[in-house]
Amino acid sequence: MDKSQYKNIYVFVEQREGVIQNVALELLNKACELADKLNEEVYAVLLGYNIKDKAPLLIAHGAGTVLCVDSSELEQYNTEPYTQAITQILNDRKPSVVLIGATTIGRDLGPRLSARMRTGLTADCTGLDISRESALLMTRPAFGGNLMATIICKEHRPQISTVRPGVMLKGKEDPSRKGAVENVTINFDKSKFKVRILKTVKEEKNLIDITKARILVSGGRGVGSSEGFKMLDKFAKTIGAEVSSSRAMVDAGVITYDRQVGQTGKTVRPDVYFALGISGAIQHLAGMEESDYIIAINKDKYAPIFQVADLGIVGNVNQIIPLLIEKLKKGK
Amino acid sequence: MNIVVCIKQVPDTTEIRLNPETGTMIREGVPSIMNPDDKSGLEAALQLKYKYGAHITVITMGPAQADKVLREAYAMGVDRAILLTDRKFAGADTLATSNALAGALRMLDFDLIITGRQAIDGDTAQVGPQIAEHLDLPQVSYVEGLQYDGQKLFTIKKSTEEGYQIVEVEAPCLITILSSANSPRYMSVNGIVNAYKREVEIWRFENINIDEHKLGLKGSPTRVFKSFTKGAKIAGQLYEVEAVEAADIIIEKLKEKFIING
Repeated sequence: MDKSQYKNIYVFVEQREGVIQNVALELLNKACELADKLNEEVYAVLLGYNIKDKAPLLIAHGAGTVLCVDSSELEQYNTEPYTQAITQILNDRKPSVVLIGATTIGRDLGPRLSARMRTGLTADCTGLDISRESALLMTRPAFGGNLMATIICKEHRPQISTVRPGVMLKGKEDPSRKGAVENVTINFDKSKFKVRILKTVKEEKNLIDITKARILVSGGRGVGSSEGFKMLDKFAKTIGAEVSSSRAMVDAGVITYDRQVGQTGKTVRPDVYFALGISGAIQHLAGMEESDYIIAINKDKYAPIFQVADLGIVGNVNQIIPLLIEKLKKGK
Repeated sequence: MNIVVCIKQVPDTTEIRLNPETGTMIREGVPSIMNPDDKSGLEAALQLKYKYGAHITVITMGPAQADKVLREAYAMGVDRAILLTDRKFAGADTLATSNALAGALRMLDFDLIITGRQAIDGDTAQVGPQIAEHLDLPQVSYVEGLQYDGQKLFTIKKSTEEGYQIVEVEAPCLITILSSANSPRYMSVNGIVNAYKREVEIWRFENINIDEHKLGLKGSPTRVFKSFTKGAKIAGQLYEVEAVEAADIIIEKLKEKFIING
């Protein structure tokens, strides 16, 4: 493979019902930084139906060129039409790097795309950089002894990675930026469209976006029950926080998945993060350790959560939190 | 109906702790388990079997010890178990893993292939969709539930960030399932007894008809460039005090951070 033929950084722009997802803007900002190091350009790949009017937003967030595929086949995300469209674009234009948000859509699309392109894919990256040899350095949490691994895709192009929402920072919107919009037509092979979407349902449970909360009150096994979470709710309300949780509590059915923090849940970085009765499994740490200030309460003095906590309290959550609520109320 | 379920033996990563001095993981004494999403995949297959009749094959790629999860699958009620193991498969990234599994799957009859959404030791969620691509099958990922019409059609509930989708797809297809989709049954006592009498087929490189350069480390486009720990973070303050005092310490801190007025 002649790697020198592959140039520029492409960002897959995820939209749902025509709404550009934040992760796409975060990736554009990161792509600009990487492109500067490579002396290459940033392309936004915008797929959907009646979505042309979204291009200026992408340019304002750093896209030099927006490649727009406007087709009724792409109105809702579906694996095969999206894979066909992007494969055609990648084969025609040969980018060196492709960045995709690690959402349910991106994690469905990414592996399908990588297998079709026969190239590497690194999932859920938390750090991206460029090496001296101009290769993409993709860092993600790992489980092989050391906590983090940096992955490279040496001999294959494009280098593809998915990145979790909330991990990269969004840049400032600059409406004065100039960029180009190119419309791309795809020759679909519709005989391969085999999955039919019958309906798409939004559920109220998902209206809360814990990644946007300034303060998070997160509960784990030590909180135990839905009773315990009612207490956390009350505490959260007194200090204007949102409630989140570790995976254990989601698995136990105490709280919904959208509030899960961690490697398989959401990555958060609030101003203050309360880890209450959370022992600190590595997957959980991966999702919250970038928080500005971490307050942990746990019965077990040796719980790994104390290794990342700025303020650690060895004690019983179910005693301390009610006291806190009481004192805070009195203080008002 | 023929169903093949792909499963993986994983360390129970929720049990892994960090060495506070070095920041590395302590893996000794961590038990190996069947990956939770895969176990739910197996349960989904068993439910289809008891409702409509089906022949279920489980397959895993891994070292000889992975035999254990295949026995567990026998004890839960599967009909055939295959262990895909060869030194040539070692060091595989997700693409090379999916090449090996797809090669094995081509040797089998299937109407439905089920994988877990992701394994808890890697969390990539890549191998299922990559297998689907190699086999030119439609995929539905993040499956929370499925119904079968007894003929050919699956109606599937797929989880999304904002809720769910209902989609329809005909066999043959591949789905990746979430552990929240069901509660896997326990192994039956008879099942456990019999599981060790059943045959686990050992398949090697010679059995799957895939070019060697697509397998293992050689067939992996991605490599670990370096691995590192974040190091032990500068220790914060740790207090072992009575609950009342603990509450006061936290309140002081919240005032300092302007979370509450002081």
